[in-house]
Amino acid sequence: MKFRANLVMGGVLFAAVVVAGTFAPFLAHTDPVMDANLMNAEIPPGSEFWFGTDAQGRDIYSRVLHGARISLTVGIVSQLINTVIGVALGLSAGYWGGWWDDLVSGVTNMMLAIPSLIFALAIMAILTPGLTSLLIALGLTNWSYTCRLSRASTLSLKNQGYVQAAKVLGYSDIRIMVTQILPNILGPIIVIGTLGMGGAVLAEASLSFLGLGIRPPFPSWGSMLSDARDQITTAPWISVFPGLAIFVTVLGLNLLGDGLRDILDPQSRARRA
Amino acid sequence: MSETGDNTILKVEDLEVKFNLGGGLFGGKRRTVHAVDGVDLVLRKGECLGLVGESGCGKSTLALSILGLQAPTRGRVILDGQDIAAPGVDRKARARIAQMVFQDPYSSLNPRQSVRRTLEAPLRMHGVTTKSEIDDRIAEIMRHVGLRMEQAERYPHEFSGGQRQRIGIARALILKPKIVVLDEPVSALDVSIRAQIINLLLELKDTLSLSYIMISHDLGVVEHMSDRVAVMYLGRIVETGDWHTIFTEPRHPYTRALIAAIPDPFNHGLAVKMSGEVPNPLEPPSGCRFHPRCPEMREGCRAQPTPPLAAVGQGHAIQHEVRCIRAAELV
Amino acid sequence: MSGEALLEVENLRLDLIVGARRFPAVKDVSFTIGRGETLGLVGESGCGKSITALSLIGLLRHPLAIGGGTIRFKGREIQNLSAGEMRKLRGNAISMIFQEPMTALNPLSPVGRQIAEMFVLHKGATWHEAERKAVEALANVRVPAPDRRVKDFPHQLSGGMRQRVMIAIALACRPDLLLADEPTTALDVTVQAEILDLIRDLSAAQGTAVLMISHDLGLIANMCARVGVMYAGRLVEKRPAQEVFRTPSHPYTKGLVASLPLLGARARHGRHKLKEITGVVPAVTAFPDGCRFNPRCYARTEICVAQDPGETPLPHDGLVRCHHHE
Repeated sequence: MKFRANLVMGGVLFAAVVVAGTFAPFLAHTDPVMDANLMNAEIPPGSEFWFGTDAQGRDIYSRVLHGARISLTVGIVSQLINTVIGVALGLSAGYWGGWWDDLVSGVTNMMLAIPSLIFALAIMAILTPGLTSLLIALGLTNWSYTCRLSRASTLSLKNQGYVQAAKVLGYSDIRIMVTQILPNILGPIIVIGTLGMGGAVLAEASLSFLGLGIRPPFPSWGSMLSDARDQITTAPWISVFPGLAIFVTVLGLNLLGDGLRDILDPQSRARRA
Repeated sequence: MSETGDNTILKVEDLEVKFNLGGGLFGGKRRTVHAVDGVDLVLRKGECLGLVGESGCGKSTLALSILGLQAPTRGRVILDGQDIAAPGVDRKARARIAQMVFQDPYSSLNPRQSVRRTLEAPLRMHGVTTKSEIDDRIAEIMRHVGLRMEQAERYPHEFSGGQRQRIGIARALILKPKIVVLDEPVSALDVSIRAQIINLLLELKDTLSLSYIMISHDLGVVEHMSDRVAVMYLGRIVETGDWHTIFTEPRHPYTRALIAAIPDPFNHGLAVKMSGEVPNPLEPPSGCRFHPRCPEMREGCRAQPTPPLAAVGQGHAIQHEVRCIRAAELV
Repeated sequence: MSGEALLEVENLRLDLIVGARRFPAVKDVSFTIGRGETLGLVGESGCGKSITALSLIGLLRHPLAIGGGTIRFKGREIQNLSAGEMRKLRGNAISMIFQEPMTALNPLSPVGRQIAEMFVLHKGATWHEAERKAVEALANVRVPAPDRRVKDFPHQLSGGMRQRVMIAIALACRPDLLLADEPTTALDVTVQAEILDLIRDLSAAQGTAVLMISHDLGLIANMCARVGVMYAGRLVEKRPAQEVFRTPSHPYTKGLVASLPLLGARARHGRHKLKEITGVVPAVTAFPDGCRFNPRCYARTEICVAQDPGETPLPHDGLVRCHHHE
């Protein structure tokens, strides 16, 4: 098998973020919230504070590490919710067809017409800001692509002989969907899910930046950027490092998604050949 | 023909399957296709019924109705004494009576399931749960279809087309059904492999006391395998009888044209007996549906109603029936 | 053999290129077709019959390439012609019809225009003139109401009608050679009979030679004067059509003839168990050494594994490639 640069690069970047998030308490130098010390405010990056400190004198390196936890939690959990909703709706709509398909397709098209970030903003405005609300808001607004993809893949598979055979063998519809169709459409869904995870990390940052996501003092990359707005010319490191963290995470997830697509999606493989 | 002869395993009575096209939300003319239009059939234990006809004649829809995959709009399908076309019949109960072997051995096996999994899942679902019994049943069926036990752990892509078809046959037989629908069972296989599968199917029919309904466009295969043959045209049976009668003394001009259309390797040239193609099933011709293509057509053939399927000849064990007003003249 | 040789293929070798390796998908295939003659090539999927036909009109694409041998058409070697020169030949002197006419026709252009294009392209006709000829061409392939059908798009026609249009296009410029690759496999038997009849009548009337390719031995024997049987990239037997069925010589041909449930056989002789050919068709990348049929052959001996058999001539310009032929 030939060397897949996308997959390896993406995997390494994403793994780095996962390691940073997982071992944040051990890797961090200080507590990201409590260890504020105005004496140390706005110190540039150096040997003591690797990424410098912010206006409250907190260590940015430690805050970025802890921020990875929030970003990963939001990315993974919200995308899991999206995938479950999208697959359940798309698979059943494609398999059953009829009025259910009309309904699901109609709702999906409506969802696609509304910018998902605006939709998430609206939900956040109703709920109280916080991690749980953020997971709900991002988990309910991004399933339309997964849904369309699952529906289309199901339509192309449902007349395959082995699906017919399962019906003849007495399998229930749900069992056919779960055991016969789902394993065969999973590849492209994983790809979309990975790419969507990058989108969710960005969305979390955007919402937090706007003050509708994770509220300060908790170290979300988005809220760190938001806090750093005033010092962007005087102390650029306060915004550069969280921005870099977002960039690395999203880039890693996108590369990983592309790499997985090359492996899992035979059509894209054929196109390249 | 005895109505409830104790060796009748399948009885199809006045079966009709209609599809509605058009209509719906954005209007358009609503039209109806009669894919199967009033079909009566009988299959006895141990028999192979060959179902022949060109694309669009309704043979596949008929087979799907017999398996319960297509709900009929009228009529009954009595499998082993039970009307399986009635609403509310359990899919599982039907599965233990009738099974199917598919045409394409590549798309008919789930690429992500090993042979064992393909055979084990249906057994578990139908209440066979002890490990030893499952192993015995799988070993038995693998032996019957000529596969080795160590091949059970492999996945479909590791097998050739002929072996895949053996796996498909094993899957159809794992629940010990009484009837198996064979949908073009060899037409997707390499020519040099076909004889293996044909021989296997005939052998299994005897050793496992199965009854077959075989759909095929290959008349050579149909003649070789069938006991009884039904010829369909535009949703209706136009001729039925035992294989010998159908292949040596066909009466319906359509049957004759079908047989004449097979290239004879020992002679040059074909006796093209009819012209044109199957008409649009949305607008079937009046009277006898075959009349626009029929070389024996007379004025009366256009008149309504369609001629009935009527018995001809005497002394056949299986009644010879023909749907043609000129059947008596066309000897 | 009728008349001089139109097409002479000698020791044709076609390679399948996988990375740096070349596998001989077709090897040492030689045959000739005389003017107005019909030759059939039969074999199973992967035996190389279709790519042999494609190589004759320069339509082989990567990963397949001509690896050796000569193709002479009217005495001129054409295997190394430039793309431009080949295009002039294609559709004009040699044309081809395929299994699925829908993919070979342009879905966005009326069929009449697609036929007319041939006259404009190869015969320098004006569009006006060409469209009149297109109506004639459709009438020739027995399409009813041709003056109205020329305006139809391919999707408005049935499979049989589309194949007639393909034949009209292929025969528009009265080619010397028609290549027909499984032309009726996608059609119903009664439509198949009409299409075969049409190909036979038109080629006879125009003096067009036909190379017909099929997996159906019965069809080939019925349609063609001579038959070449291919197995795993080799021409294993070449005989007059009648003799292939009556006295097959190669064990593979024998096996095929005995394994086919021929229409009428059961009525005449009762039901016999069909003779099976054991094993499976090998993949191009795994052709066996020696005779390529040896792993499946009932007559195999040591020499079959050790040595590739050469061609042995048989009466009536036939040949067989087997150490143990009869």
